[in-house]
Amino acid sequence: MTPVPRLARMSAITRAEVAHLARLARLDLAEDELDHYAEQLDVILTSVARVSEVAADDIPPTSHPVPLVNVTRPDVARPGLSRDEALAAAPAVEDDRFRVPRILEEQE
Amino acid sequence: MSTPLERDLIRQSAATLATAIAEGELSAREVTQAHLDRIWEVDDRVHAFLHVDAEGALATADAVDAGRAAGDPLGPLAGVPLALKDILAMKGVPTTCGSRILEGWRPPYDATVVERLRAAGIPILGKTNMDEFAMGSSTEHSAYGPTRNPWDLDRIPGGSGGGSAAAIAAFEAPLAIGTDTGGSIRQPAAVTGTVGVKPTYGGVSRYGLVALASSLDQAGPCARTVMDTALLHAAIGGYDPRDSTSIPDAMPDVVAAAARADVRGMRIGLVRELSGEGYQAGVEQRFREAVEILEHLGAEVVEVSCPHFEYALGAYYLILPSECSSNLARFDGMRYGLRVGDDGNASVEDVMSLTREAGFGPEVKRRVMLGTYALSSGYYDAYYGQAQKVRTLIQRDFDAAFAQCDVLISPTAPTTAFRIGEKVDDPLAMYLNDVATIPVNMAGNCAMSLPVGLAPEDSLPVGLQVMAPPMADDRLYLVGGALEGALLDRWGHLLIEEVPSL
Amino acid sequence: MSAPIPFADAIAEFEPVIGMEVHVELGTESKIFCGCPTGFGAPPNTQVCPVCLGLPGSMPVMNAMAIESTIRIGLALNCSIAEWCRMARKNYFYPDMPKDYQVSQYDEPLCVDGYLDVTVPTDDGPMVVRVGIERVHLEEDTGKLTHAGGATGRIHGADYSLVDYNRAGIPLVEIVTKPVTGTGALAPEVARAYVTELRDIMRGLGVSDVKMEEGSLRCDANVSLNLPGDEWGTRSETKNVNSLRSVERAVRSEIERQAGVLSSGGRVVQETRHFHEDTGTTTPGRSKEHAEDYRYFPEPDLVPIAPSREWVEELRASLPEQPSVRRGRLAEQWGVGEFEMATLVNAGVLDLVVETVAAGVAPDAARKWWAGEFTRIANESGVEPSALAVTPADIGRVEELIASGALNDKLARQVFEAVIAGEGTPDEVVAARGLAVVSDDGALLAAIDEALAAQPDVAEKIRGGKVQAAGAIVGAVMKSTRGQADAAKVRELLLERLGVSEG
Repeated sequence: MTPVPRLARMSAITRAEVAHLARLARLDLAEDELDHYAEQLDVILTSVARVSEVAADDIPPTSHPVPLVNVTRPDVARPGLSRDEALAAAPAVEDDRFRVPRILEEQE
Repeated sequence: MSTPLERDLIRQSAATLATAIAEGELSAREVTQAHLDRIWEVDDRVHAFLHVDAEGALATADAVDAGRAAGDPLGPLAGVPLALKDILAMKGVPTTCGSRILEGWRPPYDATVVERLRAAGIPILGKTNMDEFAMGSSTEHSAYGPTRNPWDLDRIPGGSGGGSAAAIAAFEAPLAIGTDTGGSIRQPAAVTGTVGVKPTYGGVSRYGLVALASSLDQAGPCARTVMDTALLHAAIGGYDPRDSTSIPDAMPDVVAAAARADVRGMRIGLVRELSGEGYQAGVEQRFREAVEILEHLGAEVVEVSCPHFEYALGAYYLILPSECSSNLARFDGMRYGLRVGDDGNASVEDVMSLTREAGFGPEVKRRVMLGTYALSSGYYDAYYGQAQKVRTLIQRDFDAAFAQCDVLISPTAPTTAFRIGEKVDDPLAMYLNDVATIPVNMAGNCAMSLPVGLAPEDSLPVGLQVMAPPMADDRLYLVGGALEGALLDRWGHLLIEEVPSL
Repeated sequence: MSAPIPFADAIAEFEPVIGMEVHVELGTESKIFCGCPTGFGAPPNTQVCPVCLGLPGSMPVMNAMAIESTIRIGLALNCSIAEWCRMARKNYFYPDMPKDYQVSQYDEPLCVDGYLDVTVPTDDGPMVVRVGIERVHLEEDTGKLTHAGGATGRIHGADYSLVDYNRAGIPLVEIVTKPVTGTGALAPEVARAYVTELRDIMRGLGVSDVKMEEGSLRCDANVSLNLPGDEWGTRSETKNVNSLRSVERAVRSEIERQAGVLSSGGRVVQETRHFHEDTGTTTPGRSKEHAEDYRYFPEPDLVPIAPSREWVEELRASLPEQPSVRRGRLAEQWGVGEFEMATLVNAGVLDLVVETVAAGVAPDAARKWWAGEFTRIANESGVEPSALAVTPADIGRVEELIASGALNDKLARQVFEAVIAGEGTPDEVVAARGLAVVSDDGALLAAIDEALAAQPDVAEKIRGGKVQAAGAIVGAVMKSTRGQADAAKVRELLLERLGVSEG
């Protein structure tokens, strides 16, 4: 990853950025919500941006608090849920499958 | 003609009830029934429970009674009922996580914690209220309405596990399970005058615990006494092969530690950064008094500095949203839960977006977007990446402090219970409630909150937090048990006995 | 719209750079993160559990065999194995993904920086191309979507879709090559040879059944063109390449298409394209409105993977014979050269030959049939030779019949065609179609007399000592018996009939 210059604060989060985030996160925000969240996110981001003050480049990041490695399970099959259990909570079912609305953006 | 025990059944400790059941003085059924009656009596006002499973609880109680009659060996808490935070999967029972998006969802499986509770013969009374997906410090962000603090029904019971703490404080259950990601067991315990423990990360299985922030979450025990908390801790803790982050080593003996309850010779570190500005005067006063008691009990109290703790809040509010934005992506209306807008014409992209917009509350949406932002390309290094470095620094601060001390202490929360509605529209003010509890989640070690008095200015409970190194959960109970015992001597009763009648 | 340029012209003008991304479904007993069974073809949603359905609260636990297989694949491809690495979440929303993120590896793959040498036959002899391997990593597969309500069953125009999560969580190994340059006109063959060799390695390791037609081996082909001396051009990625033959055709087609675009002054669009079996060409996938941002971060529910160096060396030491070494050994055993071996490999018949030899057939007969007749039939039918309905036992039987004189070469071919078409075993076919060599002397003599009567001048020539002329009569007899006579026998009888010796 390329090094990022240490700034106290990234630029203020815009309405357009919030709209972009909402799309990435699949949240259908209303127009007034966009402004509201932009404001709140901006305040929060200002506050959390302090983390860049302290963390120098030579400090390793910690992603896992517990120092375990190589946790695995043996390759053995065992039964799981029945089909009925799997489908029981589904909003829509057809042909023993989960029925979902039509897909516009094909994923590769 | 009822015995004192029967009359005051719901006010007994879990340990007392367990002994009474084991010795045949009480039946498990009458104990469970008494608590169901209590829930029926007060929960319209407290609103601790989202779902009561009377049938299931009584069936478990009956099985315990049958087992006892048949001479089967009973577990240490057999027949003692419990309230379960609604974030743990319980087969066939509605599990909402305080959200509309899971309204009515009945999991097809049990969390490991639930399996262990069942195996221990513990009747589960029902699911308790919580901030939606555990995001909050007041339970005001539940989609099903707030829970009220039994000490003052206009005040918050803490969060995110306000329902579990309130249930204990209202004598609706002697035991409860909460979860703690940034203080969600400890802070409610502090503001409700009860005991709550966040075990060492990896000490209690997360299988079946709906994830908020995977590297921070832990399920833990809640009760009115330190010993009860220890008994519950022992019942649910330990290695689980279904959780890859589960610690394989043997659990420390927390029950023995709670029994020993002795701080003589211990070095206790007072964290300088977790006090001062932002901390309510009455909270600091009761805390200092408790420190004096600990010294009087034979501990050596020293001041330590953990200079990076002041960055913990910022790092937490980057790591948590990042992980939760990913953990909550699965709630898309495709396989379970709410689905909105599927009119036969809308695309899957639309239906997902409409569903999540309708199903998630504002705090969830805020954190999901914050996390999406922090992880997005171009921002990862500055935000998430940096926060993970702060985590390293906080671990180092703890390591240095624990090199000098056996445990650390601080007030659990900066204030007592605030009024419902007071902070709900000010996210940052709300986040500050967790300033003392967050460092422990970041580092992955363990901590307890126990009540040390009522703040003079508002007569509301104050909690003291004990922190110990990873896998040294027993030290929490040594200190907590000793302090509780000393306070019991001083007051003649547990603090919770002073809660107003409902 | 520019038209594609014929391959030879395209290659004359441009230099191709190719890259392959291959996904291998591991043949483990259970899924990557849970114990659900992995058998292919089960009824929908019957091989699922809270973990692979991504139910709230579920947690992954890594399958030890998946790690081991990935490392073995990396070692077979001469990669370095990471000392410490993590899985990562690739975040995006799609209904075939239960968690709306895929657990994969991002900047810390298990294996990096290897190579695979592939051999392609050329007019000047076999050419060895070293294909660099960028990385080999482990990830989970998604569920399967079927699209309903539209005319074609494809995603475009569908009214809704149906999801089966049986395959969600199957372990996948992704193998990415470094860009391969300098292949010129052989680019399509190199691509095909690479995937073929990869497939043979997987088979040799026993980590996957690598059946492209079942999706346990998937290939995406990247192609770009540049003028000699220029920087590399923009590349396209072609998916839906479901056979070895399609790999070659897809690369060829993309070179022709891109050359057409560039020659007419256009720019190649960076896009994903779909390969179509029927036309042998590619069409663009639906372009996405917004670029994806996968927001990768280390998977917090799984702990790091740190394979010990001792274990890696153990695995390395117990790797099976490399296919290239095996080929060398077989070549020596059978007494054949590199070129013919390369041909066998590229036709995808080497293992079939080995199987056939193991069933008792002589190596040269096995090679002859597989590399010749069966490859021809396979190409004509548009299937892989392995898909043909002929077994080593069948070949053995036919060889027996040839040896006994019951069949000749031409008849044998007819028998095989019928067996492959599903008409039965060789004996059944012979009986049903009456394909036996006519060995009854009486019938042959009758046919000979008939032919002699029809060509009296030729008969005269033979009687006169021109034995070569016998060929015409033999030919006529072969024709009248529909090839079911033994030519040598006919000649013998004819000469005897005419009282002429070979001389």
